[in-house]
Amino acid sequence: MSGQTSLHIDGRLVRVKAGTSVAAALRVADSMGVARTSISGQPRAPFCGMGVCQECRVRVDGRRMLACQTVCAEGMQVETTA
Amino acid sequence: MHADVIVIGAGIVGAACANALAQAGRSVLVLDARIGGATGAGMGHLVVMDDNPAELALSSHSTAHWRALAPRMSEDCAYSACGTLWIAANEEEMDEAERKQQRLRAHGIESRLLDGVALARAEPALRNGLAGALEVPGDGILYAPNAARWLLAQGGDSVRVEHERVDAIEEDGTLQLADGSRRTASQIVLANGIEATALCPELPIRPKKGHLLITDRYPGTVHHQLVELGYVTSAHHSDGDSVAFNVQPRPTGQLLIGSSRQFDTTDSAVEAPMLARMLQRTLEYLPGLADLTAVRSWTGMRAATPDGLPLLGKHPWREKLWLAVGHEGLGVTTAPGSAYLLAALMNGTEPEFDAAPYAPRSLAAEKCA
Repeated sequence: MSGQTSLHIDGRLVRVKAGTSVAAALRVADSMGVARTSISGQPRAPFCGMGVCQECRVRVDGRRMLACQTVCAEGMQVETTA
Repeated sequence: MHADVIVIGAGIVGAACANALAQAGRSVLVLDARIGGATGAGMGHLVVMDDNPAELALSSHSTAHWRALAPRMSEDCAYSACGTLWIAANEEEMDEAERKQQRLRAHGIESRLLDGVALARAEPALRNGLAGALEVPGDGILYAPNAARWLLAQGGDSVRVEHERVDAIEEDGTLQLADGSRRTASQIVLANGIEATALCPELPIRPKKGHLLITDRYPGTVHHQLVELGYVTSAHHSDGDSVAFNVQPRPTGQLLIGSSRQFDTTDSAVEAPMLARMLQRTLEYLPGLADLTAVRSWTGMRAATPDGLPLLGKHPWREKLWLAVGHEGLGVTTAPGSAYLLAALMNGTEPEFDAAPYAPRSLAAEKCA
């Protein structure tokens, strides 16, 4: 688990420890850790951390994923606004 | 504290009844146990159904009523005039689509036949090779829990809601509540869906379990409520499990996916084999769905009567008691028509369509037996 992984979150380069979840990387990129925006415009962040609450839905390399259930990979493109 | 009428149940049917009675000048007390029922579990499809003339009369009256209410409804009711596409998989089903169109036309309801090419253009996400569809543009969808709250709020000061469970209906129509208190009014309306048999065991109502699943937001994937024409055959088996293709585009861009039917279970757990069967059926029509992400699945219990029609009218022997129950999977659609009919009967006025088919039936016989 040594080394670092680099990924893009909304176009911004973020470097995290290898093995970090995308949910944790969201916190690194933005102190609020916002994953998505609700229909009424409210920011939503990872809550349960175990794949149940569905609040951390993000687009990862074009596919909808749960940030808390996805491990960061080198060069990954994460979008929170898609 | 006085109320002319007490309505038991604040779901879509109870709320519509309270609203109709308030409009008729009555003061209404609504008692709701906050158990939650079909209103919160269902799809909120406003659809004209034509299995028999009585269902057609009630559902077409009701969808027209919803369309009239729609411009006034609050935004969170999420009304959408998306219409329904009844999908014909083959030529036999296309023949059925034509017969359906004739039945609807005879009742003055607009619809349009689409051939395979027109269907593919209207809904590109459907698989190739489908025969066509019947489009019913007057159908719609809404978010029923909020619509129920909106209907209650429209009653203004004439409608009051108390959150308490009714434990018993006594011989003289007095209601015993769980907190030990009692309530009485000159007329009581039982509108609590599947819970009704707890208070009136003589009602011919059985639970019919259904599964639903909702996806993440994929706006523009589907434009109409999509239902397979085979739905009518699968949905109306009185026994045995069945699934049918039924997908609804929510205004959020989410896809709400049904449908399943199971008798003789009251276990509300999501059953993976039944969910899998339902989704497999969906994939036969919308293959691209396999790549989408689901966010939640749940179940609900429909309150089914033997003949599929709701019980609307005076209880044959219970004093003061009126029934608005047994709407099965069509309660959100038929709530306004049910409420209109019941309020007319309770006020002694002549309704616009015949109330006889919905009159509480097969109860009197049981009482005599």
